[in-house]
Amino acid sequence: MILFWLILIPFLGGMLCWHSERWGEQAPRWIALATMLFVLAVSVVLWAGGDFSAYGTGERPWLLEWRVPWIPRFGIEIHLALDGLSLILIALTGFLGALAVLCSWKEIVERVGFFHLNLLFVLGGVVGVFLALDLLLFFLFWEVMLVPMYFLIALWGHSGSPGQTRIRAATRFFIYTQASGLLMLVAILALVFVHYTNSGEITFSYDALLNADVPDNLSFWIMLGFFIAFAVKLPAVPFHGWLPDAHAQAPTAGSVDLAGILLKTAAYGMLRFAIPLFPEQSQAFAPVAMALGVVGIIYGAVLACGQQDIKRLIAYASISHMGFVLIAVYSGSELAIQGAIVLMVAHAFSSAALFILSGQLFERIHTRDMRRMGGLWGRIPVLPGVTLFFLAASLGMPATANFLGEFMVLFGTFRSAPVVVVIASAGLVLGAIYSLLMMQRVHFGREQQPGLLAGPDVREYGMMLALIGLTLAVGLNPQPLLDTTASMVRPVADLFMAGPVRAGGMN
Amino acid sequence: MMMAATLLSFLLPLAGAIVLGFSGGRLGPRASAAIGVGSVGLAALATAWALLTFSGDSQGFTLWTWVSVGEFQPTMGVVVDRLSLVMMSIITGVGFLIHLFAVWYMVGEAGITRFYAWMNLFVFSMLVLVLADNLLLLFLGWEGVGLCSYGLIGYYYQNEANGRAAFKAFIVTRTGDVFLALGLFLIFVELGTLDIGLVLEQAPRVWAEGSVTANLAALLVLGGALGKSAQVPLHTWLPDAMAGPTPVSALIHAATMVTAGVYLIARLNGLFLLAPDVMWLVGIIGALSLLLAAFAALAQTDIKRVLAYSTMSQIGYMFLALGVGAFDAAIFHLMTHAFFKALLFLSAGAVIISCHHEQDLSRLGGLWRKLPVAYAGFLAGGASLVALPLVTAGFFSKDEILWQAMASGHYGLFAAGLTGAVLTGLYTVRLILGIFHGQPRSDHARHPRPGTSPLRHHLPLAILAVLSTFVGAWLYPGLEVVFPPPPDDATNAGHTLFQFLATGAVLAGLALAGWLFLARRRWLDAKVGRGLGARLWILFNRAWGFDALFDRTLVRPWQALVRVLRFDFINLGMNLPAVIARLCNAGLVRSQDGQLRTYAKVMVFGATVILVGLVMTQGGGA
Amino acid sequence: MTGIPMEHGLILAVILFSLGLAGLMLRRSMLFVLMSLEVMLNAAALAFVVGSTAWNQPEGQAMFLLVITLAAAEASVGLALMIQLYQRFRSLELHEVSRMRG
Repeated sequence: MILFWLILIPFLGGMLCWHSERWGEQAPRWIALATMLFVLAVSVVLWAGGDFSAYGTGERPWLLEWRVPWIPRFGIEIHLALDGLSLILIALTGFLGALAVLCSWKEIVERVGFFHLNLLFVLGGVVGVFLALDLLLFFLFWEVMLVPMYFLIALWGHSGSPGQTRIRAATRFFIYTQASGLLMLVAILALVFVHYTNSGEITFSYDALLNADVPDNLSFWIMLGFFIAFAVKLPAVPFHGWLPDAHAQAPTAGSVDLAGILLKTAAYGMLRFAIPLFPEQSQAFAPVAMALGVVGIIYGAVLACGQQDIKRLIAYASISHMGFVLIAVYSGSELAIQGAIVLMVAHAFSSAALFILSGQLFERIHTRDMRRMGGLWGRIPVLPGVTLFFLAASLGMPATANFLGEFMVLFGTFRSAPVVVVIASAGLVLGAIYSLLMMQRVHFGREQQPGLLAGPDVREYGMMLALIGLTLAVGLNPQPLLDTTASMVRPVADLFMAGPVRAGGMN
Repeated sequence: MMMAATLLSFLLPLAGAIVLGFSGGRLGPRASAAIGVGSVGLAALATAWALLTFSGDSQGFTLWTWVSVGEFQPTMGVVVDRLSLVMMSIITGVGFLIHLFAVWYMVGEAGITRFYAWMNLFVFSMLVLVLADNLLLLFLGWEGVGLCSYGLIGYYYQNEANGRAAFKAFIVTRTGDVFLALGLFLIFVELGTLDIGLVLEQAPRVWAEGSVTANLAALLVLGGALGKSAQVPLHTWLPDAMAGPTPVSALIHAATMVTAGVYLIARLNGLFLLAPDVMWLVGIIGALSLLLAAFAALAQTDIKRVLAYSTMSQIGYMFLALGVGAFDAAIFHLMTHAFFKALLFLSAGAVIISCHHEQDLSRLGGLWRKLPVAYAGFLAGGASLVALPLVTAGFFSKDEILWQAMASGHYGLFAAGLTGAVLTGLYTVRLILGIFHGQPRSDHARHPRPGTSPLRHHLPLAILAVLSTFVGAWLYPGLEVVFPPPPDDATNAGHTLFQFLATGAVLAGLALAGWLFLARRRWLDAKVGRGLGARLWILFNRAWGFDALFDRTLVRPWQALVRVLRFDFINLGMNLPAVIARLCNAGLVRSQDGQLRTYAKVMVFGATVILVGLVMTQGGGA
Repeated sequence: MTGIPMEHGLILAVILFSLGLAGLMLRRSMLFVLMSLEVMLNAAALAFVVGSTAWNQPEGQAMFLLVITLAAAEASVGLALMIQLYQRFRSLELHEVSRMRG
């Protein structure tokens, strides 16, 4: 039941926010903040009280489970389940949701209530995605998180250069994700029908479909449907077109959620659905997926170097980082998948921080164009140092969580695909190039205008300290995190190992 | 007891860095300096304490397990043995003196808190690097010193050129670091551990001597060492790194960080001994670097660039020693070099500040009477640099290196080392004469403001000057227990003859320099002014054109690639469906003219066609 | 039921339908377009009645009732719209009222 409430609370909070607008402008903000902190608190309590060593095998596969029939005729039920990975990601959602509310405290002044309604609906949808086990329910939440995101970009976004309006970006985001969602629906239905013809039972249940006996020629296409749906969301090159536009045009809170959480749903989907449902096909497909990951790492990094807009730079950097995740997920190594989870968490922190920082910069100098910046180190207290910290994190400086994630991925993958690792390692240099280029253009150099700008206030300082602390904590002692997810990751890695031995693969 | 001292030695600078870093500009310059210098001073005391209580055996201490997934179990652990103690003493001892001097040097600069925060963080990272008991933690320190170097080179951030120098330094060393990272992946996959002790234990069991994998692993580690230690071909960042404040150059780009590569190879000696081909390459690269850099140092006009190339040249000697298997000699030279090069840099800093930030040789001159302390520093450091026989520390360590090279039969390397010794004499004499003798060549040089503070200015220089003499050489404990025996272990025959030879080379270099720069000055200037001499000057001044080469082959193609890809053409491909949809739209929109009658007509026409079609098919069927 | 053969009734329905269709396509005034629609509906209704008498089936009559109800509803809505349009545009010429431009 607690799982159901985890999903419902953000939606209820959202409705409340909308209505509370009449009580004053601050009311929706406090309500939204309280809602997200509640989600965070619940997940932390669950984490503290949970025992993560035992489940995962045998009779207790889930830490918490809740299932009631929904549309029995089609075998659809509301089946929610929680394991270590979902718990970590839900806690992340709660934390970044609270940050998103905080960072838009001053940025959003119009239709405050409706803004927070959309924000909380996105987050509610994400929590649903992380909990749903029934495939139709999963699809439902997958779609639910898109629509409010569309409104966030379209209504509160920035219109950048001519031809790059927020409506356009929002539409593009919507079409990409909607089309990919459709592919996933088709794949789900195909899977269900295959299972129906085999067993005479219509069901969308995860457990039942895990053992569905799909004919070989068809199963590859169904797997591809799932893969493309998730690859668009990750995003993997060549399906990345929506991300830079959406990030550049979205309000800060939208970017934070998009980079911090929404991208993670894709990797989660791969780990939870695409690979367990089709282990052998995934294994056969792994070389292609890894190649896409490598291309994403290099291509995203090269493009990041060529951007003038700070947020576009961070967006392309995200594509580069997600390439590591894609490699890891398809490497079939426990170490690499654990690394991918660390990297996901790390990327959530660092990219959220960088987006918040660029939002704070925008509030002060009213531009995101790096050609019009320079010499800000002397003009703004504290923030440049914080920026350097998170850029260092993003380029994989040891002691930050990003380093650990990337290196675990590379260590884990090296055994099965050394060539991939060698090429991906070039991404470490390229990551340094775009990160430091940004530092160089924004904070170093001659001051373009004289005069001091305001330093961070308590709210901004607090957000940054929390993010710095968490990045370092995960980077220096990730073991609690790894222990939580271990029992989820190990079976996935075993699935890869259990299948037929890959012939040569990438090496 | 000793572990507590060790912990203190690196936690104190970290605490200093954290306090300074998070102070948010609330600390005044005095408080910042007190914290910055104090923490390193206390760290030096802690190191001394550790030295006193050191029992002779290596001791390990694990703080916590960093990650534990399957075999992958790097820890947060330190291990103290003689080698790390030597490194610790250099880092905290020389580091403290440089911090102290920096108080004098940096007085009145803006952002002084940032300076000390970076410096303290650097000391911490460097200590982690030398104390780490596993390669991943070593990599943490390794990257940490790189980041601090970046922050400090770009300390005067308002000048674009400094930012570019910092950027270049970071990227070039990072390139090397990626090789090191790949080396770590290979070592982990092959040996199943990252613990340095276990790696050295396992490597000979798993790899045969000279096997491809062993060579590859050593080669990749060497890549990392080359980047950090500014050896050919990853050396181009070091001269530009002189954009940072001079104490930074002394600490990071002379005494400690750039020697990290030497430390790494020495630490992983067992791995390198399995890869004789790579060892040979190490020696070759060392010889090449020492010669190239020595020639380049001859033709620089900036004091600090002369010293930078000199540093690169001296690290070349250390690599040469490593290459012939004389690890002990390499670390010995690392230590004496830390003393005398720090002294030279600090003396150069004293000159620069006294002469109102003038560091161009062609605008200095005649300062020896006005800046006696700096002059003394330069003389002591310079003598040690050229390895003046018997009285200087540099003589003993360089002598050891060259002797080992000769004794092991590497005559080519030995010859390169001797040539380097002559060249060292040449550029050192040119530097000292250029700064302190002759006529002052600018107003800045005519009216210097000599440093007067005995504690912050005289004391560090004096201590380092003493350490640059034979006293410094006595301090070296000898690391025979840590390293495999050097090649000459058995025989000592011919050592005396060899020493005469080496001394001869040094004296010849000095004599040649005296003759050229004092007696034949005009002739030399005329030669360098035109023709072949001018061309050679340009070649040396640009350090053999490596920068231009990399600019053409790497930087510009890269920039072109970035420019081309800026439009994200893969994404344009994904727009294809949108383009098709728009074309269809443009075509079909013509049929919609908004007239109801037209629609009715089209409808009737369509209905008729369907009806007729139905009738035809039905009729055909019937 | 003799006298009028089914064919005649159907032919009449066809003629009425064609007239209505021609009016729909050719007239410009909205009033006549509406009237043409009514004529077409009635033609169809006639065909139903003729069919039901010929085969002695009651469904045709029922359909007829449905059709005239529909016709009445359509006429009332259409006329109401037409009045509104006339008040706005002061014209019943279809091409003048048209706002659809592809």
